[in-house]
Amino acid sequence: MAKENTPLLDVRNLQVQFKTQDGIINAVNNVSFTVNRGETLGIVGESGSGKSVTSLAIMRLIPAPPGKIAGGQILFDGEDLVDYSEAEMRKIRGNRISMIFQDPMTSLNPVLRIGRQMTESLQLHMNMNAKQARDRAAELLAMVGIPAPDKRLDDYPHQFSGGMRQRVMIAMGLSCNPELLIADEPTTALDVTIQAQILELLNRLKDETGTAIIFITHDLGVVAGMTDRVMVMYAGRAVEQTSTQQLYDNPRMPYTMGLLDSIPRLDEGKGERLTPIRGLPPDMLEKAERCPFAPRCDFVQEVCWTTIPPLRSVEPNHQAACLFDITHEQRQSAASKKAAEEAAALESALESVIAEEHSA
Amino acid sequence: MQAQAAANDNLVDIKDLKMHFPVKSNGLLRRTIGAVKAVDGLSFTVKRGETLGLVGESGCGKSTTGRAILQLHRPTSGSVLFDGQDLTKIKGEELRRMRRKVQIIFQDPYASLNPRMTVGDIIGEPIRVHKLRSGKDVRIRVEELLKVVGLNPYFINRYPHEFSGGQRQRIGIARALAVEPDFIICDEPVSALDVSIQAQIINLLQDLQNEFNLTYLFIAHNLSVVKHISDRVAVMYLGKMVELAPAAQLYVHPMHPYTQALLSAVPIPDPEIEKTRQRIILQGDVPSPLNPPSGCYFHTRCPLVIDKCRVEEPPFTDYGHGHFAACWRATEVTPILSEPIQQETAV
Repeated sequence: MAKENTPLLDVRNLQVQFKTQDGIINAVNNVSFTVNRGETLGIVGESGSGKSVTSLAIMRLIPAPPGKIAGGQILFDGEDLVDYSEAEMRKIRGNRISMIFQDPMTSLNPVLRIGRQMTESLQLHMNMNAKQARDRAAELLAMVGIPAPDKRLDDYPHQFSGGMRQRVMIAMGLSCNPELLIADEPTTALDVTIQAQILELLNRLKDETGTAIIFITHDLGVVAGMTDRVMVMYAGRAVEQTSTQQLYDNPRMPYTMGLLDSIPRLDEGKGERLTPIRGLPPDMLEKAERCPFAPRCDFVQEVCWTTIPPLRSVEPNHQAACLFDITHEQRQSAASKKAAEEAAALESALESVIAEEHSA
Repeated sequence: MQAQAAANDNLVDIKDLKMHFPVKSNGLLRRTIGAVKAVDGLSFTVKRGETLGLVGESGCGKSTTGRAILQLHRPTSGSVLFDGQDLTKIKGEELRRMRRKVQIIFQDPYASLNPRMTVGDIIGEPIRVHKLRSGKDVRIRVEELLKVVGLNPYFINRYPHEFSGGQRQRIGIARALAVEPDFIICDEPVSALDVSIQAQIINLLQDLQNEFNLTYLFIAHNLSVVKHISDRVAVMYLGKMVELAPAAQLYVHPMHPYTQALLSAVPIPDPEIEKTRQRIILQGDVPSPLNPPSGCYFHTRCPLVIDKCRVEEPPFTDYGHGHFAACWRATEVTPILSEPIQQETAV
């Protein structure tokens, strides 16, 4: 799909740190990825995995202090955004790269009419006069499926429903024909039927405009339908990167496998037990030189506690940050064994409780 | 409590439950000018030992239903028979005694635990209130409960902020179990948790149900989760129940167009299925419960709407095998999942 040889966005060894009272948190650790023109990259991870911070870093929106980009390059169309001044960044934001946030209520200004908020970037970046900008804004609202766009421009954000507000955000995001759109959990706050509307809209607009999209989400179902390639993040690191199809067919990082096994599926048979990932999410303050997933991994070996596994190539166009060649089948049988052990442990705990109750 | 109820296999029997919240004018007199019909005439039963799933989008009244059953909101009308006793008719000490039997687990494990109480106090309080143990035995019991929900008993003197979301939800579950209830209302118990933790809590709830013979009303907006855990599933829209069926049946062969649209909107974590699936995308938003549409509440967004739907409200009809639906065209609703999957689940 790429029109040129260079990728549109090339992030290399990105490091983002936050200073806190308890020490420095490496929110993003040595993350590298590319986005080609017209491509949709999914970034998947749980809370605290660094997926949102990565996107904020690309927009240079990391609040500093306490945060800072501590290293790496963000090459956008060949130019390193890390070196850009604030004034230069302002010409990029909302113009060549734009962003849609999770919560449309907090990302729209409640005291300004929608029209005013939409025309601002059009006048700034596209050199339109007030009349042109207003016409274009109405056109954009119509494009995202808002009825009576001319009238709705004079409404305030609270007069729109959640789904409609997210449509307004998308219209604003696309208003200057950006080359890259970053969508940070755009449907997480919405009901499932509204989510379906918004995803359909994004898919249609992607085809119409050819914009490249970075789609950030925790929902593996949404990723499956929306993206061409996926990067999985855990504890601030990229732990797996491949095409969407390969990720689901042949995951190679035990964390990814665990995620896939954790979600109940609508199309599964009855009574299948979930095989969750045991343990707790990682503590970001900890700085041990070990695989961040080691404490929760069913395949952990001695060496995992002393090495940070690099993202290595496991098959063509597929990288995973695991020292071993573990397959999904292995994980499933190991996990069900573990689950049986846990169930037995629970049963004995319950029995002791019941026994004590009887004696009491 | 009474012997007459023991033979009955419906633990909870709800008849025509209504929960209307008055809307007052802004003027000095604060007259009532309308009502939000959050729950509007629900009738259903929960069988002993089963999990009944309750799904719907935000604002459909599913949480209000849970609270009205518990008498946290006093229902406007209708009855809630629990073990043969009508909870809406009792109050004071009698109601409090009944509450020992009916517990709730809340969605937000950050808001539902008192930050100034230790875990031991949080779980121990209901034990003391209901005088189930006294003195040192309370502590012993709390330690047992912590073990049961998979936490280290050593955590007993810690405060909620020292725990992660999943651990807090376990504390909430231990608190509900403390009074040895028969019936637990789980109000979105996993919605606030990360995917990898959700599965742990779902498995825990299932294990506890088997061990203690619990009955669950499982309220959630995530259809995949509800399908996974429930024996039967009820679907709500704008304060009314539109469909109720055994879980496998509902997902394979929905009889209400709203259920069908909900199911088709759920993303499935498989790129091949996602790319080929037919979606029914509902247009527009849920109407305001302050001023619901005439006839069938769903007619404004329904792909199968006919003139009759706009004027006449469809009754909640039994289509056999415990499958109820409120739609004039229930028999015309077609399944949406692709064929091979249905055969797997149909058995």
